Amino acid sequence: MQAFEYANPATLADAIALLGASWGEAGVLAGGTDLIGLMKDYIEMPKRVVNVKGIKELGGIRKTGAGLRIGATVTMEELVENAEIRKLYPSLHTAAANITSPQIRNMGTVGGDLCQRPRCWYYRQGFGLLPKDPKGQELVANGENRYHAILGNAGPAKFVSASSLGPALVALGARVKLASAKGPREVPAEKFFVTPAADGAREIALQPNEILTEIIIPAAATRNATYEVRQKDALDWPLATASVVLRMKGSTVSGARIVLGHVAPTPWLAEQAGTALAGKAITPESAEAAAKAALAGATPLSGNAYKVQLARVAVKRALLEAARGRA
Amino acid sequence: MAETPNYAWPPREKRRQIGKSPTRIDGPAKASGKAKYSSDVNLPGMLHAALLTCPHAHARITAIDTSAAEKSPGVAAVHVISPVGTEIQWSGTEVAAVAATTENQARDAARQIKVQYEVLPHVVREEDLSKVGNRAKAAGEQITGDPDQAFKEADVVSEGEYGIPVVAHSCLEPHGGVLHWQGDKVTYWPSTQFVSGIAGTLAPNIKVPVANIRVHQEHIGGGFGSKFGADRWDAVSALLSQKAGGKPVKLFLDRATELNIAGNRPSAYSKIKLGAKKDGTITVWQSQSWASGGFTGGGMPPTPYVYTNIPNKRINHTSVSINAAGQRAWRAPNSQQASYLTCSAIEDLAAALKMDPMEVFAKNAGYTPRAETYRAQLAKAAELSDWKRLWHQRGDAGAGPVKRGLGIGVNAWGGGGHASQCRTTINPDGSVMVEIGVQDLGTGTRTVINQVAAETLGLPLNAIAVRIGDNSLPPSGASGGSTTVGGVSSSTRKSCVNALAKLFDVAAPALGLQPDQLEVVDGRIQQKDNPAKSITWQAACRKMGTSKISEMGANDPRNPGGLNSSGVGGIQVADVSVDTETGIVKLNKFVAVQDCGLIINPKLAESQCYGGIIMGICTALYEERVMDPATGIMLNHNYDTYKLAGIGDIGEIVVHLEMEPQHDSRGVIGLGEPPAIGIQAAIGNAVANALGVRVRNMPMTPDRVLAALERRNA
Repeated sequence: MQAFEYANPATLADAIALLGASWGEAGVLAGGTDLIGLMKDYIEMPKRVVNVKGIKELGGIRKTGAGLRIGATVTMEELVENAEIRKLYPSLHTAAANITSPQIRNMGTVGGDLCQRPRCWYYRQGFGLLPKDPKGQELVANGENRYHAILGNAGPAKFVSASSLGPALVALGARVKLASAKGPREVPAEKFFVTPAADGAREIALQPNEILTEIIIPAAATRNATYEVRQKDALDWPLATASVVLRMKGSTVSGARIVLGHVAPTPWLAEQAGTALAGKAITPESAEAAAKAALAGATPLSGNAYKVQLARVAVKRALLEAARGRA
Repeated sequence: MAETPNYAWPPREKRRQIGKSPTRIDGPAKASGKAKYSSDVNLPGMLHAALLTCPHAHARITAIDTSAAEKSPGVAAVHVISPVGTEIQWSGTEVAAVAATTENQARDAARQIKVQYEVLPHVVREEDLSKVGNRAKAAGEQITGDPDQAFKEADVVSEGEYGIPVVAHSCLEPHGGVLHWQGDKVTYWPSTQFVSGIAGTLAPNIKVPVANIRVHQEHIGGGFGSKFGADRWDAVSALLSQKAGGKPVKLFLDRATELNIAGNRPSAYSKIKLGAKKDGTITVWQSQSWASGGFTGGGMPPTPYVYTNIPNKRINHTSVSINAAGQRAWRAPNSQQASYLTCSAIEDLAAALKMDPMEVFAKNAGYTPRAETYRAQLAKAAELSDWKRLWHQRGDAGAGPVKRGLGIGVNAWGGGGHASQCRTTINPDGSVMVEIGVQDLGTGTRTVINQVAAETLGLPLNAIAVRIGDNSLPPSGASGGSTTVGGVSSSTRKSCVNALAKLFDVAAPALGLQPDQLEVVDGRIQQKDNPAKSITWQAACRKMGTSKISEMGANDPRNPGGLNSSGVGGIQVADVSVDTETGIVKLNKFVAVQDCGLIINPKLAESQCYGGIIMGICTALYEERVMDPATGIMLNHNYDTYKLAGIGDIGEIVVHLEMEPQHDSRGVIGLGEPPAIGIQAAIGNAVANALGVRVRNMPMTPDRVLAALERRNA
């Protein structure tokens, strides 16, 4: 790990003042479950590490007029234990509860989950986010891509977004609040995640001089659920997930959002598959059809066609779970 | 004192300690974190070392510049391991090392060593034999009987392809040690399976007499066969210590390097064809196998495994050299592979015959070295797994996406006892010390020594101090081949019998008896079967005056004298559920019926079985080394993608240890390895039973399971 300056600001303004104009100048530390590993492996080498865990205004979960506000340094475990979230947003509760070690749930934060870097094994070994060999050939497409993207992978980005909460937040229509010296701004969750097209670009909309401060989930009566396909019970990353949000009119769907996780460089909103559910009841057949539709455009790589099937199963099971309802 | 002491184990009904299950004596220290492993050793002025490794699978070093590293903050010494001109044959090869004040400084500095490579073509994967080019080397064909005729005469012929990949040892404590080279003396805290012998493998590389190397190791965080000798990086630590003017140096591999180069189990792939009669009697075996354990190739797994005496056989094997780090012994070397290949083929044959595999495995047990043992174990395993109720013909016909199946695996192992010497000291104050230069691999060796000594000396466990983990103590063999318990239990028994005889010599006059009229029971030395005539242990010891008793005892592997022996078998049954929509396999229950000899501590013995089974589950469902064809590197050198089972992935484990008089009378037999064999076979067969199709290659990940289902449905 390269030597760095450590800063421990008490206020958001102080923290923002410590950030840099470009990536690599400062790294924001909350739970550290991702940043520290990246630093030990010399993948990230920030000159300054800014600890934001001491900033009170970044913590806490509370109801506001705009919906539920979740602070960036709220831990995954706090999220899991929150009764309001469990009741109204089971999709988010499940996504957090599925993070498979108590240690990581206790340390990892909401902001950190959204900002963590991809798990692509080429990236984690220093070949870059859009990894190429010395001749310029794409390493992922020509190499071992069993855990890589099956959607949104036409460009050089073949990794999958590592965020556990992202798909649920996109499905719920959440907004992500960012702050810089110029003041706060809000980004819809689905715009927060981006697919980088060129070297140096990031996979999130956050700028190097910004801090993610909170998430706002709009208050709306929905049925929602997350289903995760994960091989191991413990300490494992999902192979595919689906978060679904249903607005119901009696027993039929009036509106649906289906978002896939771990299958694309961003949480993947399957818009048409959701729209097509309108006016239908959720049955094994309609769920299966929606699942097929959600993956209709999949473009698997040489070694990950199996993920298409897993993602379909995730959509189908999430829809059935949401329709059963826990609220 | 009798001329030939009676070292025999006491009869079962008289045992006070052997056969009991006290908690392991180092358990509290390990559970509380007080136990100091070699990687916990920190000495004043100690330097930390880091390696620079080669990022290419095959390359020649054309230039090395260490000048920037030498000037890097905190650096005390730099050493080039692979000089210019070296042809590197696998990624992860050690190129240079740096010792610095802190670990971070050492790692930072190692990155500043500039190495230029001429990159050469590589081959890093062997599962597709058609793609390895000239890296394949076929061994000569072996023929027994008349396989061609036997296939012609066979009522049923079954064919299959099976594969099991390279897996890494994954020791929780990585390889390495702390080395302190002062003058002509070296002190060494390694992580080793061979405390008494490791100095002998370090000495030639640093040109220090073996006698000048002192070795200490209190605990080891896993070895599994990968930690027998000093490694190249241990010699490097010594050289760095010397270069730094005699400061101690700590060098443990980081996780990535550990998974890359510090040991792996070779792969094994095979195309197997079996012929049989209608009644399930196997008549002929044919196999074409290939394997790789790295650059030096891969030997033939011993197939047919256990069922060695099939009368007609044609066996071919191809060794494949790849640009990957070399294999090391992995908990029952070659046996998991051989058991998996053999039991899969037999289960496929049973399916082709539409017979219950229990019947087929039992019917052919005559081809094994212990037919009656296996037949009885098959019956016991069937009972414990509820086989009759749960087993069905291939393909669970039940409703819903989750299918259940059962499968069988077979194991066999040697055991025996390694060469071991023990010294027992009885002091005038009554205290007792038992010393062996052995290591406790985590199996409970300390506890076993303590129990045998307490049994023999008629004392409680806590009246005896056990010292191990130091090469100045009486030498004991390496912990390999499941030979430690046989070795140390025998040497401890003999040493304690000898020491007790000396104490009887001292105590006899006080009781007006001859030494051979005495026995020791519950801390009293008494006339045999006459507790009325006795003195306490303490009183007897006081009669030694100022001298003490110190007696040796040795296990001679060629003449164990009935205290230990070798040769065991076991039958395992896996009960799995497979989600056919996701391809995820879950263990419901795993049954292990294991033959073993006299068991000193049943709880520890069961723990050995649990550990072996859990490792087997890991390799059946999760573990594989993923090599990248383009870059030639190991892609999954971290535990996020090099997957190991967690508690929730294990299911229920039922261990049945056979502890009848006929087992007990064989003496002590090691149990570290046999229960680790046969798990892949059992789980693979259970999955095939559930799905109605064979998942050819381990580990049975969702992609492979779904691919097999597609093949079935096609």
